[in-house]
Amino acid sequence: MGVEGIGARVVRKEDKRFITGKGRYVDDIKLVGMTHAHFIRSPHAHAKVKGIDSSAALKMPGVVAVLTGREIVDDKVGNLICGWAITSKDGSPMKMGAWPAMAPETVRFVGQAVAVVIAESKNLARDAAEAVAVDYEELPAVADVQAAIKSGAPQLHPEAPGNQVYDWVIGDEGATDAAFAKAANVVKLDVTNNRLAPNAMEPRAAIADYDAAEEHFTLYTTSQNPHVARLVLSAFYNIAPEHKLRVIAPDVGGGFGSKIFIYPEEMVALWASKKVGRPVKWTGDRTEAFLTDAHGRDHVTHAEMAFDANNKITGFKVKTYANFGAYMSLFSSSVPTYLYATLLSGQYNIPAIHAEVIGVYTNTTPVDAYRGAGRPEASYLIERLMETAARQLKVDPAELRRTNFITQFPHQTPVIMAYDTGDFNASLDAAMKAIDYAGFAARKAQAKSQGKLRGIGVSCYIEACGIAPSKAVGSLGAGVGLWESAEVRVNPVGTIEILTGSHSHGQGHETTFCQLVADRLGVPISQVSIVHGDTDKVQFGMGTYGSRSAAVGLTAILKAMEKMESKAKKIAAHALEASEADIVIENGEFKVTGTDKAIALPMVALAAYTAHNLPDGMEPGLKESAFYDPTNFTFPAGTYICELEVDPGTGKTSFVDFVAADDFGRLINPMIVEGQVHGGLVQGIGQALLEHAIYDANGQPVTASFMDYAMPRADDVPSFNLSHTTTLCPGNPLGIKGCGEAGAIGASAAVINAITDAIGKNNLEMPATPDRVWRTINAA
Amino acid sequence: MYQTTYHRASSVDEAASLFAKGSESKFLAGGQTLLPVMKQRLASPSDVIDLGKIKELQGVELSGDTLTIKAATIYYDIMTNADVKKAIPAIAYLTSVLGDPAVRYRGTIGGSIANNDPAADFPAALLALGATVKTNKRSISAEDFFQGLFTTALEDGEIITAVSFPVPAKAGYEKMRHPASRFALTGVFVAQTKSGEVRVAATGASQSGVMRVPAIEAALKANWSPSAIDGVSISASGLLADIHGTAEYRANLIKVMAQRAVAAAR
Ligand SMILES: Cc1cc2nc3c(=O)[nH]c(=O)nc-3n(C[C@H](O)[C@H](O)[C@H](O)COP(=O)(O)OP(=O)(O)OC[C@H]3O[C@@H](n4cnc5c(N)ncnc54)[C@H](O)[C@@H]3O)c2cc1C
Repeated sequence: MGVEGIGARVVRKEDKRFITGKGRYVDDIKLVGMTHAHFIRSPHAHAKVKGIDSSAALKMPGVVAVLTGREIVDDKVGNLICGWAITSKDGSPMKMGAWPAMAPETVRFVGQAVAVVIAESKNLARDAAEAVAVDYEELPAVADVQAAIKSGAPQLHPEAPGNQVYDWVIGDEGATDAAFAKAANVVKLDVTNNRLAPNAMEPRAAIADYDAAEEHFTLYTTSQNPHVARLVLSAFYNIAPEHKLRVIAPDVGGGFGSKIFIYPEEMVALWASKKVGRPVKWTGDRTEAFLTDAHGRDHVTHAEMAFDANNKITGFKVKTYANFGAYMSLFSSSVPTYLYATLLSGQYNIPAIHAEVIGVYTNTTPVDAYRGAGRPEASYLIERLMETAARQLKVDPAELRRTNFITQFPHQTPVIMAYDTGDFNASLDAAMKAIDYAGFAARKAQAKSQGKLRGIGVSCYIEACGIAPSKAVGSLGAGVGLWESAEVRVNPVGTIEILTGSHSHGQGHETTFCQLVADRLGVPISQVSIVHGDTDKVQFGMGTYGSRSAAVGLTAILKAMEKMESKAKKIAAHALEASEADIVIENGEFKVTGTDKAIALPMVALAAYTAHNLPDGMEPGLKESAFYDPTNFTFPAGTYICELEVDPGTGKTSFVDFVAADDFGRLINPMIVEGQVHGGLVQGIGQALLEHAIYDANGQPVTASFMDYAMPRADDVPSFNLSHTTTLCPGNPLGIKGCGEAGAIGASAAVINAITDAIGKNNLEMPATPDRVWRTINAA
Repeated sequence: MYQTTYHRASSVDEAASLFAKGSESKFLAGGQTLLPVMKQRLASPSDVIDLGKIKELQGVELSGDTLTIKAATIYYDIMTNADVKKAIPAIAYLTSVLGDPAVRYRGTIGGSIANNDPAADFPAALLALGATVKTNKRSISAEDFFQGLFTTALEDGEIITAVSFPVPAKAGYEKMRHPASRFALTGVFVAQTKSGEVRVAATGASQSGVMRVPAIEAALKANWSPSAIDGVSISASGLLADIHGTAEYRANLIKVMAQRAVAAAR
């Protein structure tokens, strides 16, 4: 592997600029003549916009324009789209309520923009916004998913009667019913998967710059996928044709899914820049982030599992209500369907599964993919249910899982997914050993003598990542293909630039992607740079989400590397008067195997560009590109076990130990992988113990600041004990599965299983706040 | 309309006269409450008068049985002060669990009690210890000083200069931290004075701000031990309820925190 190759714990190249404050974020960019946007947002969850009087604001100092929803609609900027078509069980397409970038007539959630002030400075824009008088007629609102589907509930969209987006099913209902009819035992569970606010460290921001002479736009934006943003802005929002729109996503401070989507603010900035003839900048503040970044999760589910007399699962029935908020965000429709229900088999052999998912509009912030997207909801449900079953059937929870593990691969589940490989016993064993599962009973007794309630909780998760084969997702309704592209440029002096369609917003691509090059060529990573995040530099890309950058993006780089190496070998063979088949690459040199004849990479590169002496017919230059489309999803899986204590006086949870045994396939940089797992686990623990985006019955957000919304802090989480049990992914040449979401997918169930074990009561919703745990302990 | 003029006062008298000149003046100490409120445009003072650099408002003095903390002393300096740790270690502890490091390096005791947030920690200490609030005009007992949510006996332009605490025989503080803000979801300060009086104050719990807890005081007066509180019943009526804690939970916390404060009291 070499000191900087695959498997090496290389320190992150990008950290120097991040740690020294030299990162280049959108808000750091200042353009000549730049104006500033401030949005006027609805304070009501549901209201008619009867009029907007901007006359006073327009007279204020520094105000350039006040633009409204009516104008953006009149200018034919397209409504926001949802890019994954879902069909209901009755064959009807999902019901899309129109979502203009600013509301001309009706607002449907607190924070929805109705107008924007463009001014010479941010503060002047903010001052003027207070002088814009918006006349609202309040309408009844509904925030809760159960309340929204009741008859007589306030209706959000004329297109969606009963507030229903879709009623979708998967699996074989007849076979599942038959399994339940014959079951020896049936275990039932109701769970709520709490709504979360993603809270990336950097709030969203955009700068739009329209060049009237060229009729060309440049957009700097906080995006996980700038090419997808350009595609959508061009093809659906009528901003400009693709060649007249450049999208740049420079350093981005975290996304967690929330920066996949194209939001109204970017659209408005582009449109406004053309209208006012100057660059327009918008940087959201934290409150705007809470109100307008797509939220995550928010499911209410009833599930039942059938077991035979040997405790083998024979059937699984699930009914889920998914709260989509007021509008369908870009990929929202796929989250509770193809990213959730297709994972309901978990790590288990389940012959029959049937799931029904009802998507619902409510007067809340739109909900879309958030770290894990659908898979945390599936994993939480299955793993809570397995624990509940173990308690009900009076068997050890680890044993019950073992009894039902899938052990033969490939394995076709009844819900589309075909697992390629894995060793679920290995990760369960590793985790049980790491936490000394066998010694738990003694530790529990010891804790009891000190007045503490100790519990242990297991969670065996599986996820589908590397999203994913274009043909497969296309057949399920996706509007895009999910391949990745790469280009390898060897410069005339032998330095290397890798252009990738993956986007790094904290994942460390600038290091890991270089490690592949170092591994193959034996050059130091300092000789390699990664270029990403600019549609003018990189020809195309699908971006970063679904733990796909290594499995898909890095494989595309590998494919381009192979092409480049093949050409370079021809040049080397020609220069060394050897046969191409005898050339090997080592330590930055092309060698004739078994001899001391060699030519260094820079000399090969120089030869390629001087073109004085190339093999006959060869084109000059040393630059290759590739598109890679995977053949399957990848299936990272593992076991998390958490041991904790509950203080019966306060209901407060304290961690004793948290072990993770993950199977991510090949690791490129174990240190970066550990960082990804740490972050994911903290988000999973955050969901289990602290985080909850709450609305009151009228749709007013209750948690729109960090004073109310509890983000996990360092002292809320334990020190993690991580390990890996590896089966290589057969689906890609590097054997990579992906590691970005696992922690967030598997952690919550481990925590809740441990708390419910500690307190001896099974019914406990997330977040398990001290108050909620205390009330559960003391409930009759 | 949100313009403000910043003044750095060098003495209490200068601060008072600067205050009087402004049309809508505000004193600034650590800024941990005032600045966020201004940023959210919920306050727009014409003049901001910074007390933070006034020498006579800085420091801690222990003389006989009185510990005096000057108003603009930051939490970090209180928490690490040798006299505080010696005379009333419960105050050093209270300060160490107040907010986070950033807040402790900026926030001041004067700012905390002037603001009188119903979930702030210091009001409980003042009330339980029977402290006296010194201003540039008068001395006010803690009992009279705190007058409900965000309300105090301070008159417009009156400056807190110090807080004097009688050194108790024993005192302890315990707090259940609010999961998001780290204020007190409920905090209880227990004190036994040198004359044998027992005073207990709870913060974060009541709808009307910091309060004494007579039932616990009586129990502890009879028997200064955690178990003495076992049989006390605290009513949930009049207690705060929000997404982080029901009124019943807070009633329970008053008891549990009081027991732990007694156990920790020194
Ligand atoms: C993230 C966070 C967490 C926090 N957690 C806690 C916590 O756990 N417990 C807790 O108790 N508090 C907490 N606080 C509040 C913190 O203690 C505040 O700093 C405090 O309430 C105000 O102190 P300050 O010195 O910052 O005052 P400032 O914000 O400067 O002023 C607050 C008010 O007091 C007035 N004032 C200040 N000094 C004087 C004076 N000498 N005389 C008269 N009036 C004066 C000001 O005019 C203003 O109205 C937290 C704050 C933050 C931001």
